[in-house]
Amino acid sequence: MLIYALKRLGLAVLVAVVVSALAFLLLRASGDVAIALAGEGARSEDIENIRRIYGLDRPLVVQYLDWAAKMARGDFGTSLFFKTDVHALVLDKLPTTALLALFSLIFALAVSLPLGILAALYPNSWIDRLCLALAVIGQALPSFFFALILMIVFAVMLRWLPVSGSDSWAHFVLPTVVLGYYIAPAIMRLVRAGMIEVLASDYVRTARAKGLSSSSVVLKHALRNALVPVVALAAVQLGFLLGGSVVIETVFALDGLGYLAYQSITHKDLPVTQAIVTLLSLIYVGLTLAADLANAWLDPRIRVGSGT
Amino acid sequence: MSRFSTGVLTAVVAAMMAVAPALADKKGNAIRFAYDQVVENVDPFMNNVRIGVIIGQQVWDTLIYRDPKTAEYKGQLATAWKWIDDKTLELDLRKGVKFHNGAEFTADDVVYTLNFVVSPESKVVTRQNVAWIDRAEKIDAYKVRIICKEPFPAAIEYLAGPVVIHPHEYYAKVGPHGMNEKPVGSGPYRITEHSVGKYVRMERNPDYFKDSPKPQPKIEKVEIRFIPDRQTQVAEMMAGGADMIMNVALDQATQMKAVPTLQVVSGETMRIVFLHLDSREATTAPQLRDLKVRQAIMHAIDRESMVKQIVGQGARVLHTVCFPPQFGCSDEGAPRYAYDPAKAKQLLAEAGFKDGFDIDLYAYRERNQTEAMIGYLRAVGIRANLRFMQYAAMREANRAGKAAMLHQTWGSFSVNDVSASTPVYYKFGPDDISRDPEVRDFLQRGDSQVDPAVRKEAYRKALALIAERAYSLPLYSLTTYYVANKDLVFIAYPDEIPRFWEMSYK
Repeated sequence: MLIYALKRLGLAVLVAVVVSALAFLLLRASGDVAIALAGEGARSEDIENIRRIYGLDRPLVVQYLDWAAKMARGDFGTSLFFKTDVHALVLDKLPTTALLALFSLIFALAVSLPLGILAALYPNSWIDRLCLALAVIGQALPSFFFALILMIVFAVMLRWLPVSGSDSWAHFVLPTVVLGYYIAPAIMRLVRAGMIEVLASDYVRTARAKGLSSSSVVLKHALRNALVPVVALAAVQLGFLLGGSVVIETVFALDGLGYLAYQSITHKDLPVTQAIVTLLSLIYVGLTLAADLANAWLDPRIRVGSGT
Repeated sequence: MSRFSTGVLTAVVAAMMAVAPALADKKGNAIRFAYDQVVENVDPFMNNVRIGVIIGQQVWDTLIYRDPKTAEYKGQLATAWKWIDDKTLELDLRKGVKFHNGAEFTADDVVYTLNFVVSPESKVVTRQNVAWIDRAEKIDAYKVRIICKEPFPAAIEYLAGPVVIHPHEYYAKVGPHGMNEKPVGSGPYRITEHSVGKYVRMERNPDYFKDSPKPQPKIEKVEIRFIPDRQTQVAEMMAGGADMIMNVALDQATQMKAVPTLQVVSGETMRIVFLHLDSREATTAPQLRDLKVRQAIMHAIDRESMVKQIVGQGARVLHTVCFPPQFGCSDEGAPRYAYDPAKAKQLLAEAGFKDGFDIDLYAYRERNQTEAMIGYLRAVGIRANLRFMQYAAMREANRAGKAAMLHQTWGSFSVNDVSASTPVYYKFGPDDISRDPEVRDFLQRGDSQVDPAVRKEAYRKALALIAERAYSLPLYSLTTYYVANKDLVFIAYPDEIPRFWEMSYK
């Protein structure tokens, strides 16, 4: 197990380094930062000045190594746009995004677990078809469009909820539903498949033969086993939710990391964009690692298989 | 019902009651204004976004004030001013003006602010707004001199626009960073809270000096919220979560006219639109070297129809590259290129392009207008391909000489003087892609002479030459649409600055 864990950890670190380097290169390839920073009407000497002040005139490799070394020390640099410490800026917005991701995950689980179980209990019934339809719609509907529909219905027409902002819990309801609905189908399909497999297994048949109540068989005996892959998937989806919040936070003007990412991208604020991309990929890599390790711990076949 | 579920229900109801908007609207005599751009620093010298200009005008005062209705200059923090020589402006300052922190306004504030912002260490973002200043000198507590680097007659216009005055002791202590966190000005509104990237909350300044040419504010509170998504802004207006938005697209504005609680107001803006052509030797489209080809482009586009059908109410067709009310802007003596596709084709044939040619058309905003132009150009045989991108990227292409035809727009930073518009594109600056020394010399003369008549004549000649030699096709001014609470009384000015201090509810 230790060798497996170390291997996965090494791989995770490698992925994180590659991602950070890629992000660095791609962001720099997206255009001249100095010109963007200088704004409308700047003179050539202003642009040259900016290039010098921010060290943008140095070779890319030097810029990357300098940035990576500082990053490793926890120094995220200064925002080119807001002119404040990136570290503080990112930390300030992280709770909102984390909260939104967590709420969305809870919402997704609350919707997909019962529906997945029902679909498994009554395969090919109308419930199963309904779940399939919901899943297809959830994956096909662009999230910003779904967001606008919910906004029109619940904020403009019914006036039950605010349109945008992040001042109270009510501001989180619509974004949570939109973001949660986006990942629910994957979980739902996994629960359904897992449950169908487990329900057909011998020990469930034994449990039923023992005369246990149907709910006890399904919820206590079957679900626990069917949930193993779901836990792993949910962990990974949480990372996806953190990243997926860029669109949702922008549409709902929720003051989180995604909104900050949008702002920093529009203003070519490289240090902030870089910090967010790196932070989110680190979290994603961390969650994937945790899921891998949890799976290996739960299912010995995985760690044994990896050793060969 | 169990005690638990009763508790949950009570909590939910209580929380819902707590979800009152941060500011009340008409009843609270407040305006909730939603805007899509974020301001990085509200200090007017430290941002180059429109919303920064809007906030700056509410919170700070300038030495001189330009009446938006009459374009007449009035004293604001200064009471009188005169040119002592070509480069030196002397100003008498107003007594009895107080900053929001209680500090008295004196010559020290003017001298410190101006000398600070011109110093390279200040790292001001809007360098072009202060680059003309050499230094400021105190004569006595209420008299200062501003010395320009070169003769700069447009100084008055700049002092009435982007050049605000900060309280010197506070600014020296906290710097631009502190000014952003806890802004202190002397204007009709003071900022009570600035949550960076989220909102700016302001309150009426009860001690605003009575002699200010800006009227005493009537609206008690103003909240500027940053909502990046236009659809969300519209939804906020319809749900009653905002009282005013601007820059609404023509089609959306038309639809919102049907909402009984809202009013839609359109107004011309200072932003001018023109088709910029690279006619230099090294141009990527050598066809544009030929005057006839450029003239053909002038005749190919139906500007009148574009204004009527897609630009919107209030826009006007331009014949020279400047905004008509700007000092020095004139189309006298400039040729008029009427919409005449047959003539355009004939000119192309004469130039040896009977079958037309292919060209890339660069654009960054109002894509529908670019597409309309592409349609007109194709009709005469010029096969234009759209290259749509971000402003910064387009400017990069322009400056690198990669873009030969650009759908350009320019807002002059709300400065009502031609020196802030035409010279940017024709005085051998980085954006000049025609590089005509004759034009440059006329513009230079207009920029540096003090005599208004001499300036006007120099600009007139430059503008006529640009039109005659067809370096660019002047298109039209843009309009902006405001959507507001139907009871809000306000005027849409061309400089796109909503003046909250003038507004009130019916």
